[in-house]
Amino acid sequence: MSITATLIGQMLTFAVLVWFINKTLWGPMTKMLADRKEKIADGLAMAERAQHEHELAQKDAVKHIKEAKAEAAKIIAQAQKRSLEIIEDAKVDAKEEGERLIKSAEATIELEKEQAKEELRHKVVDISIAAASRIIKKEVDADTHGAILKDVVGQI
Amino acid sequence: MLSNSGSEGPSAVEYIQHHLKNNDVAIGDGGFWVINIDTMLFSWFTAGILMYFAYTIGKSLNAEKPGTGQNVLEAIVEFVQQQIRDIFPGTNPVVGPLALTIFMWVFLMNAMDLVPVDLLPEIGQLVGIHYMKVVPTTDLSTTFALALSVFALIIYYNIKVKGFVGYIKMFLFHPFGKFLIPVNIVMTTIEEIAKPISLGLRLFGNMFAGELIFLLIALLGGASMLGLLPQIVLGSAWAIFHILVITLQAFIFMLLTIVYLAMAHQDDSEAH
Repeated sequence: MSITATLIGQMLTFAVLVWFINKTLWGPMTKMLADRKEKIADGLAMAERAQHEHELAQKDAVKHIKEAKAEAAKIIAQAQKRSLEIIEDAKVDAKEEGERLIKSAEATIELEKEQAKEELRHKVVDISIAAASRIIKKEVDADTHGAILKDVVGQI
Repeated sequence: MLSNSGSEGPSAVEYIQHHLKNNDVAIGDGGFWVINIDTMLFSWFTAGILMYFAYTIGKSLNAEKPGTGQNVLEAIVEFVQQQIRDIFPGTNPVVGPLALTIFMWVFLMNAMDLVPVDLLPEIGQLVGIHYMKVVPTTDLSTTFALALSVFALIIYYNIKVKGFVGYIKMFLFHPFGKFLIPVNIVMTTIEEIAKPISLGLRLFGNMFAGELIFLLIALLGGASMLGLLPQIVLGSAWAIFHILVITLQAFIFMLLTIVYLAMAHQDDSEAH
């Protein structure tokens, strides 16, 4: 093989071609590939972060629900307790009221009984006087027989 | 079998010689100024194809929606990048485009091999061109143009990385240390010179032999009608096999370029 212009020409062609390929294809494409790689990595990282945040939010939501449930249970328990208290109070009140009513009724009865007794006593006295006067045909003098009358009334 | 096929046609030897001769034009009294028109033409043709696709696809790169051409080139570029990443120490702005260009250009020039051996020369005959070798890589001028360019870069980067003294030291103290300096000089010189020669000759030899076998297969049909069937079968088989060969040779050339440049970048003067 001899060194000819063809060899030199091919070398020059090669050099130009390398320069051209670098300028038009290798440079832009490697840059594009690197950019895309970075973009994909960013996207994946973001997706991961979003997933993480989602998990956190889910945990938070569960916590909130739990808290709300506990709160609700507490309120219900309180309400139950309160209602029991109210019922107890009502019972006590009712009992007192009942006792009061009974007492007043008893008092009324007693009063009426006394009145009836008194009335009866007077009537008995009257009847006794009438009977006695009829028996002795003579008016019983309240002043003279007072002691006897008192004794009779006291026996009734 | 390869006998003369008739008085009107050329003999087998003439046929092969005809096909394997470059269309060389001497300017003046020849010597240096010999230009192989066919080699230049077809290498420029393949370079033109390459430039066209590089330009059109490189101009309309789309990261989100790559087209078919962009996908193919992306695959090739990433493949080359991966090779460089595996072999090459550090970064170098030249080795990437260099390897990519070698791979694609050599592949395309080799692929001219798959054009039926008689097609383009016959067309050439019609317009008065009598010699035509359509595969540029069957011309030593092409393969050695590539190999010597790589060799020049090897020397350049050797000196750039190791320094001129370091480069000389490499000849003096490798591979046997400082007590066998004369042997070292001979060994290292042979080692270095073998690089471009093996690069150039390997590609040339493979493609030349491949083309020769295509020619021999083509002769089968030319010899008699009986040879037509074997020609079709063998020609197809060899062409299919050759798809592998042309890709492999382009790949080997690229890979060895990267390896040689990587070796040039290894500054092992500190290790000694």
